[in-house]
Amino acid sequence: MRRSPLLHLPFWATYVFLYTPIVVLVVMSFNSGKSPYSFTGFSLKWYGKLAGNDLVKEGLVNTLIVAVGCTALSTVLGTLLAVGLARHTRSRLLDALGVLPAVLPDLVLAIGLLVFYATVKMTLGLHSVLLAHTVFGMAFVAAVVRTRLVHADNSLEEASRDLGATPFTTFLRVTLPQLAPGIAAGALLAFTLSVDEFVIAFFTSAPATPTLPIVIYSMVRFGVTPEINALATLLLAVSFTVVIVAQRMTRLTESLS
Amino acid sequence: MFRARYPRRLPAVALVAGLALAVSACGEGTTSTAAPEASPSVSAAQLNPNANLSRQNLTISVWPGYTPDYLAAKVEEKLKFKLKVATHDTNEIIMGKLTGGADTGIDVAFVSGQYAQALHAAGLLEPIHPELIPNMANLYPEANELSYDKGNVFSVPYTWGTTGICYRTDLMKTPPTSWNDLLNPPADARKKVTMMTTERWLALPALKVLGLSVNTKSEEDLNKVKEKLVAAKPYLLGYDDVTFGDRLKSGEAVMVEAWDGWCPTAEKNIKFVVPKEGSDLWVDTMVVLKSSKNKEAAHAFINFILDPKIHSWAAQNILYKVPNKAAMDEVPAELKEKNTPLQMTPSQLLTGEAILDLGEESTKFTRLATEVKAAK
Amino acid sequence: MTASAVPGATARARSRRSRLVGRLLGRLVFLGPGLTYLIVLLLIPLVLVLSYSFFRRGRFGGVVYEASGESLTRLLDPIYLDVVLSSLKLATVATLIALLVGYPTAYMIARLPRKWKTVALVAIVLPFWTNFLIRIYAWIVLLSGPGLVNSALGKLGLGPFEFLYNEGTIVTGLVYSYLPLMVLPLYAAIEKLDPQLAEASANLGARPARTFVSVTLPLTLSGVVTGCMFVFVPSFGNFVIPELLGGGRSIMVGNLIRDQFLTARDWPFGSALTLALLAVLIVLLLLQAWSARRA
Repeated sequence: MRRSPLLHLPFWATYVFLYTPIVVLVVMSFNSGKSPYSFTGFSLKWYGKLAGNDLVKEGLVNTLIVAVGCTALSTVLGTLLAVGLARHTRSRLLDALGVLPAVLPDLVLAIGLLVFYATVKMTLGLHSVLLAHTVFGMAFVAAVVRTRLVHADNSLEEASRDLGATPFTTFLRVTLPQLAPGIAAGALLAFTLSVDEFVIAFFTSAPATPTLPIVIYSMVRFGVTPEINALATLLLAVSFTVVIVAQRMTRLTESLS
Repeated sequence: MFRARYPRRLPAVALVAGLALAVSACGEGTTSTAAPEASPSVSAAQLNPNANLSRQNLTISVWPGYTPDYLAAKVEEKLKFKLKVATHDTNEIIMGKLTGGADTGIDVAFVSGQYAQALHAAGLLEPIHPELIPNMANLYPEANELSYDKGNVFSVPYTWGTTGICYRTDLMKTPPTSWNDLLNPPADARKKVTMMTTERWLALPALKVLGLSVNTKSEEDLNKVKEKLVAAKPYLLGYDDVTFGDRLKSGEAVMVEAWDGWCPTAEKNIKFVVPKEGSDLWVDTMVVLKSSKNKEAAHAFINFILDPKIHSWAAQNILYKVPNKAAMDEVPAELKEKNTPLQMTPSQLLTGEAILDLGEESTKFTRLATEVKAAK
Repeated sequence: MTASAVPGATARARSRRSRLVGRLLGRLVFLGPGLTYLIVLLLIPLVLVLSYSFFRRGRFGGVVYEASGESLTRLLDPIYLDVVLSSLKLATVATLIALLVGYPTAYMIARLPRKWKTVALVAIVLPFWTNFLIRIYAWIVLLSGPGLVNSALGKLGLGPFEFLYNEGTIVTGLVYSYLPLMVLPLYAAIEKLDPQLAEASANLGARPARTFVSVTLPLTLSGVVTGCMFVFVPSFGNFVIPELLGGGRSIMVGNLIRDQFLTARDWPFGSALTLALLAVLIVLLLLQAWSARRA
């Protein structure tokens, strides 16, 4: 196949476009000057300043609590749901319900939950964010596990059942081990999405327990400071590591092709 | 469980609405999230002046940087209870949370006067128990005459000031003197002007140029205001409530609508002016939520804030005037010299028109803001 | 004791019953928790939003349970309609740009050698896994008045230009944020495409453009539609990008919705706007289903 320059240009342009802002952030985070706009020398002082920022630390802790809880809940509910939808029903309506949270605009879900929490007079806090994040977390886990389930060997499950195993024994000893990589990928996805989620947390969190994205939103609104660059670089490092490790582990892209 | 309470005049949507209502009816009855429409309740809780505060925990919500960093530690040391400081970027965000119906866990909130008034009207505030706040005696007499809450019945003022034009003396040939200079800037300021985004302050310059009240409810007035604001839009860099000071310093903007204390007048080339048409009087207040389970601690906290040493922190650090005579006396003369807005006296301040909550009519300002921002 | 007369039948009945019980139990255990969760925390909230838009506004937020068509008719008010239309416009432009950039990119990736393919794909996804707000913030640093682009141009004796705070920056922010969501489904569709088809078309004398229009594009249409949806949906409902990159000078439906719940405290109208957002999404989903069936 002939590759025309017509294709090369947008291809490289895409990567330049995607990475220029990121590279700039990383470089500027090591800036010694106060101006976020001109590099005057190497320094780690913004990282030091960040380490002393209690609001960021608090937001980070809150975010991790929410993300861990959401991941645990999403993984259990999502895995069960995936198996249930694939093996225990043929309803297309339920199928649609299962993917709905993943395609719903975040703002719609956020408003829905805000209205719901207000109507039942729920106390807001980390738990309200956790419950909210699990709505989409579960859907993503279910989606990932289901693609795995499609590839899973159904005959093994049948054999197990024919040999007299109860559905639950079959699930625990035959289905689950086959699904393990999918579940791990789903859990990772739920975790990452929860850590990064802003809109839903913005509407469903209590003022006293902001998550990290809410803290970042406030920092960004209050103007450009090199401290955000330092935070950005750290977050980038973490998510790059996670994605690359996950890539090695589960070969997500393989399932795409 | 499915106690059907929906009105019968909903033919088409009865099914769906009914389901939702049934859900909400499980909780409460008719109005589960709506505030009572009737006049706000004034029933005050019985508070025990000798309550053991160490059994209480206080959560306050305040603008970032609006109280000293050491506040929590000081409160714990002096008042013996744990203080949690939450932050909100804007009045709107905390109002959205407080009026949402869900329990936010906030005991004391810092909001501007007109929002305190709205919260009070919604029946969400505990009346202030002045006997638990002896330091109220430190307030200027004028601070008892604030029209959104005469006599400080449900709010205690924390800071007060006015809104004006903050500008660069070196980048503008003629210094602005009128709101009209902001709305129709000279050539050297075009595209380098910011106005505030919060609706009442967004409308303020145009209202004053037209000689109207900041609390007008007239559609006709607001239409004129809208015309002015839309006409001013092409000259704007953007709408900005938080970073206008930085933008002025960097030169990205040369003239901004600003609250007095947030105008960085300590910089050599930056000045603040109250336009000749006059301006507003804004007050940021502390209110105690009715839902608070720590009302004694809440009052002790407010009393602590009104301590001259603590209260003057605000004047010396955020450079906003505080309505506390003893605290203002603590401010070094040199600082007042450098930051001219600090020199305004209470009586000068009171010449500004206080912004009031307009209740039902406040949507008119929301609509105005939407129309202005949606305009091309 | 009739049962003892036909032991086989009883055993069969019993096993049938136990299988039935097992199946019910299976449904209960596997589908029960997840569906209950989704009903309580997804369907009921959506129904609440739907029903709130038929009620009257409470004076201080919330609603008064009194029927009113006011909020829905307000949607047709030219001002709000304008905001909806301009959001549609911005989201559409962002989607088209993402498609124009994303398609050739996805095409190139799909034709790369296997090893590079993975690298290229991961490189597309990586920025997407970093905090959304931080990616937006990066553009402020780049584009603002004293920002890096302007200071670079300044060294060349150009500018300063006003890049930030207009519709162009909003679109840039949208494309930047959601481009990976365009490339991935396109890649998946193009990857499945048999390169021999294009070759056959070329051998039969079709020009590349013609081959693309009548072979490649129709066969990858489902990817195009999915990608467009993935970009359009979050763009249309966005409120952060217009606020941070638009300087508040132009607003989108998302800002309008947020303002109804925070500033205006007009929950019914906010709900009505949310419904409008949802309606657009449903139309798009139907469109996608239709194109999937065609493919």
